[in-house]
Amino acid sequence: MTRRILLWLAPLTFLGLLFFYPFFRILAFGLNLGTVKADNLQLVFHVLLFTFYQAFLSTLLTLLIGLPCAYLFARFDFHGKSLLRALTTVPFMLPTVVVAAGFNALLGPRGWINIALANLFNGLTHSSTSFSPIPFVGTLGAILIAHVFYNTTIVIRLVSNALSGLDPKLEHAARSLGADNRRVGWHVTLPLLRPSILAASLLVFLFDFASFGVILLLGGPTFATLEVEIYIQALQMLNLPLAALLAFIQLLCTLIFSILYTRLATHVAVQSAPRQAYPHHPRTIREKIFVFAFFVFLFAFFVLPMLSLPLRSVSSLDVVRGGGTPFHYSLTSDYYSELFINRRDSLFYVPPIQAALNSLGYAGATVILSLLLGFPAASALARPGRLEKFLDPILILPLGASAVTLALGFIIAFGRLLISPWVVPLAHTLVALPFVIRTLQPAIASIPERLRQAAASLGASPFRVWQNVDWPILRRATLNAATFAFTISLGEFGATLLLARPDYPTIPIAIYRFLSQPGALNYGQAMAMATLLMALTTAGILLIEKQRLPGTENFF
Amino acid sequence: MKKVGQVLQVPQVSKVSQVLLVMVVAALVAAACSPKPASPQATTGSAPQALTVMTHDSFSVSDNVIQAFEQAHNVKITFVKGGDAGEMLNKAILSKSAPLADVMYGVDNTLLSEALSVDIYEPYASPALKNIPAGFQLDSSDRALPVDHGYVCVVYDKAYFNTHNLSAPQSLEDLIKPEYKGLLVMENPATSSPGLDFLFATIKHFGTSNYLDYWKQLRANGLVVVDGWETAYYTNFSGSAGQGAQALVVSYATDPAYEVMSASTPVADASVAAMVGPDSCFHQIEFVGILKGTQHLALAQKFVDFMLSAQFQADVPGQMAVYPVVSNISLPDAFIKFAPIPSQPATLSSDDIANNRQAWVQAWTDAVLH
Repeated sequence: MTRRILLWLAPLTFLGLLFFYPFFRILAFGLNLGTVKADNLQLVFHVLLFTFYQAFLSTLLTLLIGLPCAYLFARFDFHGKSLLRALTTVPFMLPTVVVAAGFNALLGPRGWINIALANLFNGLTHSSTSFSPIPFVGTLGAILIAHVFYNTTIVIRLVSNALSGLDPKLEHAARSLGADNRRVGWHVTLPLLRPSILAASLLVFLFDFASFGVILLLGGPTFATLEVEIYIQALQMLNLPLAALLAFIQLLCTLIFSILYTRLATHVAVQSAPRQAYPHHPRTIREKIFVFAFFVFLFAFFVLPMLSLPLRSVSSLDVVRGGGTPFHYSLTSDYYSELFINRRDSLFYVPPIQAALNSLGYAGATVILSLLLGFPAASALARPGRLEKFLDPILILPLGASAVTLALGFIIAFGRLLISPWVVPLAHTLVALPFVIRTLQPAIASIPERLRQAAASLGASPFRVWQNVDWPILRRATLNAATFAFTISLGEFGATLLLARPDYPTIPIAIYRFLSQPGALNYGQAMAMATLLMALTTAGILLIEKQRLPGTENFF
Repeated sequence: MKKVGQVLQVPQVSKVSQVLLVMVVAALVAAACSPKPASPQATTGSAPQALTVMTHDSFSVSDNVIQAFEQAHNVKITFVKGGDAGEMLNKAILSKSAPLADVMYGVDNTLLSEALSVDIYEPYASPALKNIPAGFQLDSSDRALPVDHGYVCVVYDKAYFNTHNLSAPQSLEDLIKPEYKGLLVMENPATSSPGLDFLFATIKHFGTSNYLDYWKQLRANGLVVVDGWETAYYTNFSGSAGQGAQALVVSYATDPAYEVMSASTPVADASVAAMVGPDSCFHQIEFVGILKGTQHLALAQKFVDFMLSAQFQADVPGQMAVYPVVSNISLPDAFIKFAPIPSQPATLSSDDIANNRQAWVQAWTDAVLH
């Protein structure tokens, strides 16, 4: 018992100080029985319904797409695999403004797809006015697609990690007993994957449930989730009591959802092989078709929308007056060179190298901090007792709780302390921690206790047992967790809802700064910065993933 | 037993330490980029005093202008950005008992009434106020002092109207004409201040009993509403870098000057212009105030004087795309040529706004979005 309390000490202190204390301070400040009246409750009900509806649909779609992808990455080897895997993670950290710009270039009224369709259609009918572009921005479809785009990587990482950690002997045994592929998949593999699929669904659902930027930017003004409504009420209408009521309801929903989840996910400790099954090159025709089809799909879905950003960062668009074609693109490197010039001698100019270093510094600190806090919590959760049953749902709360409200709570709780730049990695860790814990916990649970005991009985010291038994199994999960923390920190922008010190800008902040001023040069520089962010993230993920498991050099 | 043997062969400490190495490097980078704690004893001679200034996100100033103030008064200024003006005011209200900063800049006339009613400002009758026309001085008790002003207008893409042989709209009434169908994009007043200001302009022009009719007609004429300025200007608007589908956008009177100053290649003419009909632009005045509870009152007063000085005022147009409030400050060439001050702007009293904001936005939402 004392060991458990020791394990929980750091993570719970952290959450208590940085989540529960500020959150309850703001609720205590804002909550007011006067707001509980009919028309407010009607608003709450409408918003709540839509919030659940879109989150449920988004999660379902994300699973539909993510599960085959997880299978692809866990079981097959093909050219460009690690790059593709890294690229599917990139959206996870891109600021919403940038993603919206990418989707618009592809699917907007003047995007490539609509222009191609218009040309095709006009070619068929020989008229130039009859084609109306397919609407994208401002539809529920845009919200769903953006959520899938953002969150598929969660399913891929958690489930493919569990899948490649499965002991292949289990499936072999089922086959040798006469089960065909479908039966093996349905009765052996899927049940073994259940904990990881549930964990991924929960994280995806909560992300969609608390969605804010996607709803605002791609859904447009006719859609509002709880978080969007809280933002409007608290920060635009200055109606803090109603915002507090909404935040309280959102917290309650998150809690109920997390409890349901922990009931469902009776943590089955799935024993995994210390040496994972090697993925192989596709052999049969069916395998080849599967790999090829999903490769093309992943490329089209994840890479194409993002491709428009680097393209726009090296092309300038000129309006040609009176000419036949109104638009004229030309190649330029101006936006990149301009990044390095403080043309207006602004005090808040962001040198790109410094923004990159700040971003990397914050990301590094977030990785270390969230692993330090995540390991003890995940270890305790891996062998759950009564305490863990109670704590498990609470640990997930920060993910589904209102970030806008929390930011305001920070102001009340910490005041001027917030001006310290150290708050930034702390806030990033708060977001990253649930991911780190969910990623580590199944891996820790899967370590066969027998192996430990055997190693110890052969005379291995506790450190050697950890080094030789635990670490080889945990390594992949640790790298996954580190990747999550790294990308969350690189792309996180919401922490600036707190108080931003302009002298320590990150790349996302630099992007927003450029986009908040008119002028072609500013737009181009924003795209150049976004390209820099994508490149940095991709490189970072590849670097983390290249940390190979000792002795398995051909493992991806 | 064989299984254990296999596992025990695996260790290659170098690989494990590789991972640790990456983490250590990351930690070092973090440490290298981390702030040096503000240590007054580090400087020789008399230690500079510290002054904290909270601003909205759009605040900007030239490096040399701030340095001049810091050197003249032996002070180190820390700027803190508190989000947009509404967010910043919220933070100031929540932290009233222990203020986050000594000076706060950026509350505008649409938020002034709320800011004054919560009593967060320390009054200060700066001697520099005598250089500012009385029309800008909305707070008679000198708690909030005007710094700059700007205009939210409908901005149009000149090339679109040239190539389509169409004259650009001249007034709010023109916008509901069929030739401009589907051409106007605006920001949602519930989530964006230019959108809200444009709504205020129509309320001023058409009156509280008729403005919703106007909006219903605008809606029928294909009005496009998006979340915020960045989307409206860079995604929907055809006149800037985004190559959008709308030739009219609710934005700022100074955009033409900014498009000239921030063009990729030098241009002779602005690609966009503001529509300046009667009441078609909403007048916005931004204020600075000293926050109650400051420990550096004298210094804060000096900083307020400085914001109203000729040096700072002349820096305002180029850095923040707004006009100075002090008389006789010379403007940049691009402002004089392409961004004249609108002659018949709309205004509403900030008490009116404070009392009706929520109801107006709700009524607008019901009429235009639902």
